[in-house]
Amino acid sequence: MVEQLSPLEPVFRPGSYGNFVDGVGVTLSEIAPGSIVQLAAWPGEEKKLMATIGSVTGLKLADGAGAGASSERCSAFGFAPGKFLVSDASEGLATAFAGKVTAAIGTITDLSHGRTAIRIGGPKSEWVLAKLFAVDFSLTAFPVGSGISTTHHDVFTQIQRSGPDSFDLYVFRSFARSFWKMLCHASDEVGYEVR
Amino acid sequence: MLITCPYCGPRDVSEFAYQGDGNRTRPDPASTDAEAWSAYVYDRLNPAGIHNEIWQHAGGCRAHLAVVRDTLTHEIKSVRFAREHGAPPHGRRTSGAKA
Ligand SMILES: [Zn+2]
Repeated sequence: MVEQLSPLEPVFRPGSYGNFVDGVGVTLSEIAPGSIVQLAAWPGEEKKLMATIGSVTGLKLADGAGAGASSERCSAFGFAPGKFLVSDASEGLATAFAGKVTAAIGTITDLSHGRTAIRIGGPKSEWVLAKLFAVDFSLTAFPVGSGISTTHHDVFTQIQRSGPDSFDLYVFRSFARSFWKMLCHASDEVGYEVR
Repeated sequence: MLITCPYCGPRDVSEFAYQGDGNRTRPDPASTDAEAWSAYVYDRLNPAGIHNEIWQHAGGCRAHLAVVRDTLTHEIKSVRFAREHGAPPHGRRTSGAKA
């Protein structure tokens, strides 16, 4: 496999920043999963694709827009009708799907080198993200495991809620560094830790 | 202005791209009826009120949507996936009609 290089490397500096005297509002980190794969089902094949995602990742996806789930190793969520983003801590996820998502069911796109995954966690996560995206981040509108597609200044972003106060953001690799800087600026007032 | 995407839910208009008048019916590509093509390309109702429109949720799920919007108030009357049916029945016009 080709070695994955982080586009954040020149700006990623672990430590505490901003207004953290009264506590750290958010923690920012790069997840760097080994695999990120986009799967799309042809109309009418959605159920088969969801079952295949279940058999490969062990995750059970509920019906409905944006439904998702995650485990220690994998995560998956719907981000558009019939389309899913699936990640795995290990490399080789696209290969694992290759024999199972047949041409009759849908398509597989390996985005492992094309997306950068950033996690924001902590009590002020909703507050910070609400500055960037015109989306309701409350737990009722955006439950744990579910995902959305949205955009900030044309930086297309897919977001999965990975915990009550934790979100995983998938952005285009080429925009990741400037997005990271912006996220740091947005986190400044609440105090943030990079790790 | 909020548009409620059938997949994504209510989203800010900045996530959407306008794709044009939803009343148009494209002539058969093999057609040589110049009047029908002219009507398809140029004729618009431009109503003050209810209007059928096609929008794409470009900054979201990327689905194309058939939206009914009031051009006076920006109230969104209805939204559905554009692929689910043809153009919405209301406001449909025959080719060449100006109003
Ligand atoms: Zn949408």
